[in-house]
This record gives sequence, C-alpha cells and structure tokens, in this order.
Amino acid sequence: MSTLDITHEPDPGRAASGLLVTGNLRARRPSVVAAALLLALLAVAAVWPSAFASHPNQPDLGAAFRGPSPTHLLGTDQLGRDTFARLVHGTRTSLLIGLGGTALAAAGGALWGLVAALGGRIADEVTMRIADILMAFPSLLLALVVVSVLGPGQENVLLAIGLSLMPIFARIVRIQAKVVASSLYVSSARGLGVSPLRIVVGHVLPNVGPSVLVIATMNVGGAIIAGASLSFLGLGGSASSPDWGSMLAETRGYLQADWWLPVAPGLAITLTVVALSVVGRAMQQRAKGSGR
Amino acid sequence: MHYRRWVVRRLWLGILVIWGAATTSFVALQLLPGNPALVIAGGGNNYPSEATLRAVERTYGFDKSIVTQYLTFLGRLLRGDFGDSYQLHQPVGSILSSQAAASAELAAGGAIIGALVGVAVALATAGRPRAAGAARCLELLAVSTPGFWIGLVLLSLFSFDLHLFPVIGNDGVSSLVLPWITLALPVAGSTSLVMREEMEQALVQPFALTVRARGVSESRLRSRHLLKHTAPPVLTLSSWIVGQLFGGVVVIEQVFARDGLGQTLVAAVEGRDLPVVTGVVVFVAVVFVLVNFVVDGLYLAVDPRLRRQPA
Repeated sequence: MSTLDITHEPDPGRAASGLLVTGNLRARRPSVVAAALLLALLAVAAVWPSAFASHPNQPDLGAAFRGPSPTHLLGTDQLGRDTFARLVHGTRTSLLIGLGGTALAAAGGALWGLVAALGGRIADEVTMRIADILMAFPSLLLALVVVSVLGPGQENVLLAIGLSLMPIFARIVRIQAKVVASSLYVSSARGLGVSPLRIVVGHVLPNVGPSVLVIATMNVGGAIIAGASLSFLGLGGSASSPDWGSMLAETRGYLQADWWLPVAPGLAITLTVVALSVVGRAMQQRAKGSGR
Repeated sequence: MHYRRWVVRRLWLGILVIWGAATTSFVALQLLPGNPALVIAGGGNNYPSEATLRAVERTYGFDKSIVTQYLTFLGRLLRGDFGDSYQLHQPVGSILSSQAAASAELAAGGAIIGALVGVAVALATAGRPRAAGAARCLELLAVSTPGFWIGLVLLSLFSFDLHLFPVIGNDGVSSLVLPWITLALPVAGSTSLVMREEMEQALVQPFALTVRARGVSESRLRSRHLLKHTAPPVLTLSSWIVGQLFGGVVVIEQVFARDGLGQTLVAAVEGRDLPVVTGVVVFVAVVFVLVNFVVDGLYLAVDPRLRRQPA
C-alpha cells in the first residue's frame, strides 16, 4: 500500500478549504518542476545508463572504500567498484520493479474491480471478500509469501509487488465503475441496446482511467520501496546487475569500515519516492480541480 | 439491535479473513517446488535414504491426499495447534510465543513514540503556514524513506561512529532506541500529515470561531476542541499503520540483527518451514482482525454521528 493513498477519500469538509489548497499548489509549483526534472533524468538513466557512467561491475581492490573524489563522484565500495556507476546502472532495475509492479497491479486490479462491479451480486461478494482477505495481510508479508513460492529473482519480486497492490486498485475501480454504471447515460445507452462490452470499453473505462492513473502514480513510490526491501532481505536475486536495495544490503557488513557506503543508494530511493509523490499529489489536485 | 448485527458481521468477516490467511498459506506452500520431507530430514546435503524420507512422509502425513492434509491442518488450527517446525523441531506455538514479545515491544514502542511525535507536530503547526510548510517537507521525507536505510544510517552513525548504542542484539532498552526511532519516523510523518490537514479544516469551521469568541485560548482550542475532530481520519490511518509496522518490524529486525517474528519469518521463508510460515501468517491475520475490530469500535465511541445510524 502506498504511503499516500490515505488522502484520496472524498471529503465534504474539503470544499471549505478549497482556497487554501490552490494556494498551496501554486506555492509548490517549483518543487513540482524539480520533481518532474528528476524523474526525467532517472528515466534517461534507466534507458541509457552508459550516458552517465560505465563499468558498474569493475572491481579495483586497490581503491576500495574511497570517499567522493573527481574520479569516483560518490566514492567506491568494498570491492573498489564505482558507487556512482552502480547507482546509475541500478536505476533500471529499481524503476522497472516499481513501475512494472504498479502497472501489473493497475491492470489486474482494474479487471478485478470491473468483474466485481458489473458481474452481478455473487461475483461482487466473492471477489471483494478475497480483496478483504488479501488486504488484511501487510503487503510486505504477502510479497514475502509470493516470493517464497516463486523463488527469489527480480521478475518474481515484480510479480509479488503487483499481486500485493492489486486489491487496492480493485476496490477503487469497483466503486467508480458502480457509480458510472448506475448513471443515467449508461442506463440510456443500455436502453438503446448498446452491448455490455461496448458500455465497458466506451463509458466505464474512460471514466475510471484517470483515477487509476493518479492512484498508480501515488503507489509507484511504495512499490519501489517494497522492491528495495525485498532485495535488501536477499530475495532480489542476480548479483551481476546492481539495484538500490541490494547495494544497501551489501553495505551491512562494511559499516564499520566506511559509514558513507549506505548514504548514496538510500538517498537515491528517497529522492525518487519524494519526487513521485510530489508529482502524484499535483496530478491528484489537478484531477480534483477539474471537477471530477 | 443494530449493534448486534454490526458485531456479528464483523466477527464473520474476521473469521473469513483468518480462514483465508490459513488457506492462502497452505496453498502457497503446497505450490513450493521441492520436497518438504527433504527439508525435515536435514536438507539435500544430508543425503537422507529413501526409507528415511518415506518415514518422514508418513509421520507428517505427506503421503495422504491434499484434501486430507488440508482438513487435518484446519482441524489442528482450530485447536490452536500449528504443528512442529520442520527445521527447529519445536512446536510452532512455543516459537511464536517466545518471539512475539520481542517484536511486540519493538512495534509498540515505535508506534507510541511515532504517534506522540506526530500529534505534537500537528498540534504545533496546524494553521501556521510557515511552520506547516517546513513540517510537511520533513513529513514527506519521513514517509518516503525506506525504513531499513534509516536504520543503517543510524546504526553507522550512532553505533559504529559514536559508540552510543550497542550495534546488534536484544539486550535492554539501549538496544531498542535506534530501532524504535527507525520505526517511529514514518508513523510520526503520516500521523501528523493527516492530522494537520484535518485540523486546518476544523480551524476554518464556524465552531472554531465560536470557541475563540468565547475567549478560549488558542492552545486550549487546539487541545480540547480540534483534537477530537482529527480522531476519525487518524483512526482510519491507524489500521494502515499497523500493516506498515509489521513490514517495518521484518526489515528492522534484519538490520539490527534482533530476534523476533520478522527474523523467524524470513528464516522460515528461506528454509521453507511450512508450519512456521503458516503460524506467523495466521498470527498476523488474527492481530489484524482484532486491531480492525477495536478501530471500528472506537469510531463509534469517538464520532457520535455514527451512533445514530450504524452501518
């Protein structure tokens, strides 16, 4: 579950402070721009890491535990590998797990929610009780159980995170789809003989889409942290391609030798998650402002 | 009358969740590749004989059909019997009860410190734009930072560099300080984010003006009148926080090498120790159901509007 999905509940009292909210939005605009820039930079690093640094896996035992310097911007680790290069090359894995896990959760959850909303009472009851059961588990526990079944590895971590976030999307899509399905224009369309499939594709999905996108943006950060946590626990697999979580896990044995080691990968995760939630909040407020 | 229906519905849902948790973990661990009898007999490196494996399978009932195994499993759970650990050869119940205390003091301490700090920050900064802006930045950082990283940084700073706290282990309060802080930060951040937003909404409502007009001081207005208004959303948040705490406990026990349920679970997942994983999962589900039950009850206690027409 994302850190911020607590804020999306509709609240009648919020109208009173509407002025305050827009004021905040304007004040926060530079931070939104900065966050978007950072995310763009991360996207480039994920697609084309060699643009920033090369040789993330080249050991140089003579140069282990160096502090930041012009040759090694963020210093070197216990094997003398360049921390900056490893960070840049780890971007792809970390973003892939965050984005991929969330996308899987959004797609699966949307289908799940549509089935619940439009599939009749029994389908609704059964699918939503399953969602209740899954949401009674802390998402990390759920992901741990999934990884323990599928085995460690980056793809399985992605799957585990996708599955553990799915019920959140299912619930939101179900409520929204129910609202749309009970609206006048959908019942008119039905009266005109439009097929159920066309109603779902033409009317329900376009109405549900924007809020799924907002909730997804809010959840990517949580998914990145969950992915890093799992690879910190040693379940991410593959030592050859670095990722931020396993970089942190490796530092655990060398804290005494070099306190600086865990700083950079941790900051990378935190900054990414902060940037995502700043952009997500701005998107959410825009969605609210446009009179959903 | 309404009350009774509400309680029955909640109980029914709770039982469903616990049954679901048990079934999910049973199914999940049936899907695990490999042979559990091999794990019990000491792992593949032990090269147990075919006869030993057969004997183990008979003792643990692996030779029975899946349905029989499932029904025996459920029947034992009803009697509170989780079976014996495959690796530690001890009853799971006693493993859980010996580990739960360590995790509980970690989680409870973190939650209490976090809640107190969160409430204090919200009370002090609500309706004061500058302070609120600064606090919001810090809170955003607190909820966006992975717990295990905060733990690692605190560890390398205060234990390895300044030698203020023990590096690892479970002895006494001094070994709990850093884990508590690590766990409390995100709790404090999310509590005060939600609370301040709610307080700022209450501040512009007519009743706040009325209270001020009566000459009540600002701090009394906040602590006596506004605090109450923030209770329902904070309650909603609290059941989410309990989930976060569990995840936090798992990684923090790993960072600080502490004993507890989290360590037990990670070791059991790695060693494919079915009874222990099931035990932890069911235990967590029971705690969750109880917490949600209490939270829902507190809604009624806190918000008189709900008492008129309980859902």
